Amino acid sequence: MSTTRTAVRTHWVAIRAMLLFTLVLGVGYTLVVTGIGQLALPAQANGSVVRSGNEVVGSALIGQSFTDADGNPLPEWFQSRPSAAGDGYDAGASSGSNWGPENSDLIAAIEERQAQIAELEGVSVDEIPADAVTASASGLDPHISPEYALLQVARVAEARGLEESEVRELVESRIQARDLGYLGEPTVNVLQLNLALAELG
Amino acid sequence: MDVLLGLLQAATLVLILALLYRPLGDYMAHIYTSTKDWGVERGLYRLVGVDPRSEQSWPAYLRGVLAFSVVGVIFVYVLQRAQAVLPYSLGLPAIPEGLSFNTAASFVTNTNWQSYSPDITMGYTVQLAGLAVQNFVSAAVGIAVAVALVRGFARRRSGTIGNFWVDLFRGSFRLLLPVAIVGAIILIAGGVVQNFNGFTEITTLAGNTQNLPGGPVASQEVIKEFGTNGGGFFNANSAHPFENPTGWTNLFEIVLLLAIPFALPRTFGKMVGSNKQGYAILATMATLFVVSLVTLSAIELNGAGTAPELAGGAMEGKEQRYGILTSTLFATSTTLTSTGAVNSMHDSFTALGGTMPMLNMMLGEVAPGGTGSGLYGMLVLAVIAVFIAGLLVGRTPEYLGKKIGPREIKLASLYILVTPTLVLAGTALSFAIPGVREDVEAVSIWNPGVHGMSEVLYAFTSAANNNGSAFAGLTANTPWLNTALGIAMLLGRFVPIVLVLALAGSLAAQDKVPATAGTLPTYRPQFVGLLVGVTVLVTALTYFPVLTLGPLAEGLS
Repeated sequence: MSTTRTAVRTHWVAIRAMLLFTLVLGVGYTLVVTGIGQLALPAQANGSVVRSGNEVVGSALIGQSFTDADGNPLPEWFQSRPSAAGDGYDAGASSGSNWGPENSDLIAAIEERQAQIAELEGVSVDEIPADAVTASASGLDPHISPEYALLQVARVAEARGLEESEVRELVESRIQARDLGYLGEPTVNVLQLNLALAELG
Repeated sequence: MDVLLGLLQAATLVLILALLYRPLGDYMAHIYTSTKDWGVERGLYRLVGVDPRSEQSWPAYLRGVLAFSVVGVIFVYVLQRAQAVLPYSLGLPAIPEGLSFNTAASFVTNTNWQSYSPDITMGYTVQLAGLAVQNFVSAAVGIAVAVALVRGFARRRSGTIGNFWVDLFRGSFRLLLPVAIVGAIILIAGGVVQNFNGFTEITTLAGNTQNLPGGPVASQEVIKEFGTNGGGFFNANSAHPFENPTGWTNLFEIVLLLAIPFALPRTFGKMVGSNKQGYAILATMATLFVVSLVTLSAIELNGAGTAPELAGGAMEGKEQRYGILTSTLFATSTTLTSTGAVNSMHDSFTALGGTMPMLNMMLGEVAPGGTGSGLYGMLVLAVIAVFIAGLLVGRTPEYLGKKIGPREIKLASLYILVTPTLVLAGTALSFAIPGVREDVEAVSIWNPGVHGMSEVLYAFTSAANNNGSAFAGLTANTPWLNTALGIAMLLGRFVPIVLVLALAGSLAAQDKVPATAGTLPTYRPQFVGLLVGVTVLVTALTYFPVLTLGPLAEGLS
């Protein structure tokens, strides 16, 4: 009898504790952080959106595809990495490919991407960096390597009728060094590069 | 160059953790030994119906842990089943029964295995009222159990090991909550989103449509790391730019997930009255961590395998802003703790690289392990180590003045058998039961060949060790895997906790024997070496055969 009573009492305490934690750590905490974020850091808290004119054209942190309706690369834009999020850069379905290192689908995909990029950029396969032919972990990688960005300069310049040196300077000015000089890898943000490119003409 | 910068990054992490070791460890020792309650805490204890001054025997302490966890499972389950009528659910339907059970078991056990894709499954209310709450309290439960075990070593002739409710409240409100609030704001500054906007449809620069997600992400991200939980707000977890946007937020998140586990040895040393005992445990954890990190980094940089060699680097499933070495640092940190968050896709690692996260978990997550669970796991191994040393020299083993007798060694031995049994039985059954095997092979496995076997082995390793990371190609949202992994998570969490608390009770009841010339000093490098050896040996003997069937076969063929 007394053990039953103890067990019931313990569970009552547990239920009340859980309700309390839900209110404080679930609701209260989230609202406080949201309040501070919205008041003090509204740009970041709302997704670091970038605009072209007055139009929101994306988030500086979320990659996009620069392809036509059939998924073919548009030559006048710098291209992002391959993406396994939905049909590509679907921000509602972040995902990597999860293909293993010996998966024949992955091997075929890499070969196809290399052939496509070699043709598009007029380069040999050896010159193509790894990030250009592999899908990122999130499928929403906003960045490419500086090497991949520089590889695309000639083709973009030609498609836009711009001087190659002008486009190259733009890319070089957009290379982001590692945080603090050594955290992570150097990157080029594709959306921001393309926005700057659009201003160039 | 890359290697130098990678070393510098790891060195920065070590420096930060070293600076945190004493203040954070001492603060935790203070929290769990102070006899003073805050005024607001006294009010909350009255509200909940707890007498904070009453001490509990180990069965009473255990009853608290179990009752609180049962209630937690029911809460999270009901919230998911009711999602359709909850506010801020983005129009998402109720979660099906099997998945709700799996997710409830997952978050209450500090595992955060996710059989679902959160982007299209979980609304904001379930995330914050169900999942985020468990991120706090499951971490606080883990630390409470570890502290109870430490009290077992520290006390003499005592019938009690503390008060669970007080430990739970203090861990939640004095430790986790303040850091979470500050950490969340730091993450927002780095670009992690924090809003209730839902999806915003935009037209991209090239004229396509994209649905940008919103959500209270920063508040959940910070506690997901600090509580070594690991469940992502988004499917891509800490690889998603809205969860982890930059190189420095990445390092910050790694610091968060390692901070408590690496500082708990200090708390332990402080509470048993000998800081050097804490340093010995720390040295053991750090040794295993460094060896594991260097191994994985070398393997991934080398990039062996058909696809990585073809592409010119193991960049499949890795983000450009992290590259290889930042990804391996995160992967090592997340699988040597019980976190299981990922910033790169382990399924796409090189074959031998993918073995390392598995091995890390198979070590029992003790280097440094999860919040609390890492320390109690390592202390159980320390008990085994002094026992083995005692056998070698023919003396009654003792640890911190406590005799390791038949009862203690039985409890410790049972402890180290629990998770291997769950991992191996779960994996074996997945391929041995005819109907299940067909389902696993046709529906669940994503990569063909031996890599598919690795996906299943990884899943049960992750679930039984309460890690939560995955070879994420695996489709785990099936009746068999939802059920089997859910059971593995529950047993992998609570059976060890029962054994640890029983051990705590048994140790607390003993008097302390004075150290003699025959006592093995447990603070010297010799003991650190012994403890590392025991940890590796137990793991290797248990798991080597199954590893040869999956990842080793793939990597060496």
